[in-house]
Amino acid sequence: MAGFDKVVHSYEEAMQGLSDGMTVIAGGFGLCGIPEGLIAQIKTMGTKELTFVSNNCGVDDFGLGLLLEDKQIKKMVSSYVGENAEFERQFLSGELEVELTPQGTLAEKMRAGGAGIPAFYTATGFGTPVADGKESREFNGRNYILEESITGDFAIIRAWKADKTGNLVFRDTAMNFNPMAATAGKITVVEVEEIVEVGELAPTEIHTPGIYVNRVIQGDFEKRIERLTLAKQD
Amino acid sequence: MALTREQIAMRVAQELRDGYYVNLGIGIPTLVANYVPKNIEVMLQSENGLLGMGPYPTKDQVDADMINAGKETVTAISGASIFSSAESFAMIRGGHVDLTVLGAFEVDQNGNIASYMIPGKLVKGMGGAMDLVAGAQNIVVTMTHADKRGNSKLLESCTLPLTGVDCIRKVVTDLAVMEIKDGAFHLLERAPGVSVEEIQQKTAGKLVVEGDIPEMKFE
Repeated sequence: MAGFDKVVHSYEEAMQGLSDGMTVIAGGFGLCGIPEGLIAQIKTMGTKELTFVSNNCGVDDFGLGLLLEDKQIKKMVSSYVGENAEFERQFLSGELEVELTPQGTLAEKMRAGGAGIPAFYTATGFGTPVADGKESREFNGRNYILEESITGDFAIIRAWKADKTGNLVFRDTAMNFNPMAATAGKITVVEVEEIVEVGELAPTEIHTPGIYVNRVIQGDFEKRIERLTLAKQD
Repeated sequence: MALTREQIAMRVAQELRDGYYVNLGIGIPTLVANYVPKNIEVMLQSENGLLGMGPYPTKDQVDADMINAGKETVTAISGASIFSSAESFAMIRGGHVDLTVLGAFEVDQNGNIASYMIPGKLVKGMGGAMDLVAGAQNIVVTMTHADKRGNSKLLESCTLPLTGVDCIRKVVTDLAVMEIKDGAFHLLERAPGVSVEEIQQKTAGKLVVEGDIPEMKFE
């Protein structure tokens, strides 16, 4: 009897069921808070034609950028991309589709998707190319556009600690998109720095309740820094 | 003399008020943090999910999990809070941030801003800029008055795809401080040694000059 024990012991098991053409929502901001091992597993599996919903697309040799090498990504839904040469090449040649989405709208699309809200109005993007083809409406003298929410076949998440039932705690700004992404996957897989016993996490400190989480795997992270900036030494 | 990047940041810092929550964009806006007046307290918001951003870390403090919206390693001040991207943009969209400072390619006399896309070049994306300009009540744009070829960036109407409409009220450039209202740029201050004529010549949009225009003051 597994009960609420969501811990899996291999990356194969963690990403089981992922297949060509699926939509994957990924947590992370730049290279911060990304599920490194789950991305590596998708690369190993060679799954193709994937749509990724993620704020960014990594760099050439790290993060989601790794999946560009074998052209596994068909489409990116992101707010900021192009930190990598291969991304630029595939985008300009038309091999890779990009749907630029304002960062706050992207976060809210995931949040709404996970919360069963199909669409919402936001002022963000009104009067800009983002509004093209979208309904707009005035409320109290301001203009808003209708944005549809997002759900994924999979959500891949990185957390700091998880207990075996999938209650999650994130660490510092590695939280970013992870909590919303975790709610928006049909199958939510979480790669964590530390798995703890049930009861070790105080109920009030849990950021994401385990109800959203399907699988938990112990990870081992490189945690690459994208831009190392240091205090000036006097 | 046109202002340096640092001087633009120093002038923008004069817009800060005690108790302000402030979001600083990438580039010149980031430098504003270095010139917060000594007698006031502000709290910096970074849209990846940090309120109470501190200075860059020392080597010993570096932590890959502590970054700002520019993906730079940072620290958190005592009293900071950390939260999700949805929470972060709830603050921004909900109008809870007191001042937003960001860069732009173009601003026009109706308060429209273009800052994220130059057609024909690789489009990297708007990041949080569209949410910031849609949510903030109080936005200062920093940029050079004209591009390297001398073309004005203060226009009658933006030519590039817009980041937001009718949202910019104040612009600080290397030459001038201007307010945007009633379909025109209103000249408030000029950089030390820069003439009103030069500003007029480099402003393509409608520029209103009323009375004597004082020079910016730096301490």
